[in-house]
Amino acid sequence: MFTLVLPVAVALASSRLLDHVPAKDHGRPNPLAGKSEAVQAGGFLYKEHCQQCHQADAQGDGKKKPSLKTDRVRSASDGDLEWFLRQGDLGHGMPSWSSLPEAQRWQIIAYLRSIQ
Amino acid sequence: MQLRFVPPLLLLLLCFCFVPATSRAQERPYFVTYSHDLEEPGNLEIETKTALARPHGSNLYGATAMELEYGARAWWTTELYLDGQATAKDSAIFTGFRWENRVRPLMREHWINPVLYVEYENISGADKAMLEVVGHDGQEDLTGPNSEARREHQHEGELKLILSSNLKSWNISENFIAEKNLGHEPWEFGYAVGASRSLRTLSSGRECAFCADKFVAGVEVYGGLGDTWDLSLHDTSHYIAPLLGWNLPRGMRLSFSPGFGLTSSSLDRVYRAGLAVELPQIGSWFRSSKGGVR
Repeated sequence: MFTLVLPVAVALASSRLLDHVPAKDHGRPNPLAGKSEAVQAGGFLYKEHCQQCHQADAQGDGKKKPSLKTDRVRSASDGDLEWFLRQGDLGHGMPSWSSLPEAQRWQIIAYLRSIQ
Repeated sequence: MQLRFVPPLLLLLLCFCFVPATSRAQERPYFVTYSHDLEEPGNLEIETKTALARPHGSNLYGATAMELEYGARAWWTTELYLDGQATAKDSAIFTGFRWENRVRPLMREHWINPVLYVEYENISGADKAMLEVVGHDGQEDLTGPNSEARREHQHEGELKLILSSNLKSWNISENFIAEKNLGHEPWEFGYAVGASRSLRTLSSGRECAFCADKFVAGVEVYGGLGDTWDLSLHDTSHYIAPLLGWNLPRGMRLSFSPGFGLTSSSLDRVYRAGLAVELPQIGSWFRSSKGGVR
């Protein structure tokens, strides 16, 4: 029962956070969108920073580390995702990636878009 | 003399050899200043921080702190330091341990992000790692022979308020330090301020050692602010230290910093070097596949 409820709860919590993205961040476009080199660099960064939790296929572990191939991620704007990466979700185990340069967060988002 | 440091260094080298290729240290190259970047939950970072200096009228020494830093939660990092030092024409000794915890009280990212830091130190007077400078610390504290200095036991508590901002590609961090010997000693105060930035903000997208995005440069300034018996800058030490961090393949990070003393109480120069490796998700190594809920 617990193993069923937990991933749903985590996914819901993250979804709820995405619903609270400030308007100015929500509308920000990815300056690197559609650039193949950004996708490639984003894939490299994903492998370095994200894969250990979200897995190589971005499907998560089915428990606390959620899939990144969901309708909620697909429907989020690039600005939403950049805001979420910068903020993290500390209460649910997602660290803040504000330590990465902003350009690298956009590269990760370019990669995430390419694998949806 | 150096042989006593061989086992921990061998252990560290073994860790570097067997670390999974995907792990990656992502911290600032500061030696004294803390930023609000905590360890990723479940990861363990092993780092050595070495300080080399020669106080006036004394011998050259090298002091190493081995740091085991674990991300207990995304908002809480706990850390154990094991300190030792070797002084030329004297001896090499273990000087004690420190246990610290850093907690982010706010779950969101802000312009300025506070982190609360609590540390317990059980070290001897021979400790020369200089992981912080407080009160009226000066180079005369580093000159005594090890046989005498190690007899002085310091049970200390330390509190820090860490304020840190990641603005664009810069990190700017300010630390306010209050340290108390748990005996009948006054509170001692200190500060550390640092700024750092990657040399290139876009990732090169490949595993190269010499790409500009693998280097982080910065500077830190730190020193003592007196104590409750003499809250002044009289006889206090202050340093300015440029920093260079180099993120190597396989999750290793090298840091280097030449520090320059700014007052007569300060060491003229202190050279620092750091070597770090991050082991990802070590908790899962000990967890069965079925009981893996964190």
